[in-house]
Amino acid sequence: MLCEVEGDIATFKSLIRHPMETGQREDELTGEKIPAHFIQEVTVEHNGRVIFEALWSTGISENPYLSFKFRGAKPGDPIKLSWVDNKGESDSLVAEVSKAD
Amino acid sequence: MNKTRRLWLQAALALGALAASLGMPRALLAAWPKAPFTARDADAALRDLFGISETALIPSDKILLDVPDVAENGTIVPVMVTSELEGVESITLLANKNPHPMTSSYLIPKGTLAYVATRIKMQETADVVAVVKANGKFYSVAKRVQVAIGGCS
Repeated sequence: MLCEVEGDIATFKSLIRHPMETGQREDELTGEKIPAHFIQEVTVEHNGRVIFEALWSTGISENPYLSFKFRGAKPGDPIKLSWVDNKGESDSLVAEVSKAD
Repeated sequence: MNKTRRLWLQAALALGALAASLGMPRALLAAWPKAPFTARDADAALRDLFGISETALIPSDKILLDVPDVAENGTIVPVMVTSELEGVESITLLANKNPHPMTSSYLIPKGTLAYVATRIKMQETADVVAVVKANGKFYSVAKRVQVAIGGCS
């Protein structure tokens, strides 16, 4: 996860490790369907304020990539990404805003 | 309201209050809208999420949708959307021939730019459609992506 500010605009980029299983694939050995397992909601906070929300289906690729841009960030500000999937599993990633080179 | 439903609502409210007291992000508790993301066609998905038909979308040249002309691998198709429209509230991405066409929807609060980049799966050659809600209206742009090897099943 990376958040770089240049002038007034900060660019957020993240990669989340997740299988994003569609529920439509079959196990090659057993022939059984692999259950759906996918992130449903992603929330990003800057200084504790929600600045971006994503709602996802199984149509987002494995190990999802997400990027967006926002205003008002300063180097050192905390950025927090939280996600929750269809099995109720969740995780958070935390980073600090840095200055673009 | 029957008794079971009332009990469910009470439980949901109690859970919400508990989460608020623990300082959990509100959005993580909002119900993920199942209907639009499991709908079988784009029109049904748009009706479920926004209450509008696909034919009601306003074509706009103020949305830039950047997708590859040809995707060798349908499991990873990069998509970038940005818009010059004023008052953008959300951006929604559909791949029209996927088993579930609505791939994702992004809420854009004030202070956040009308820009999102991600990677989607595509089952077969189809239009990728970006729907931008701005000032309560729904604008869209579509681009064909030729898919060599499908990426859903």
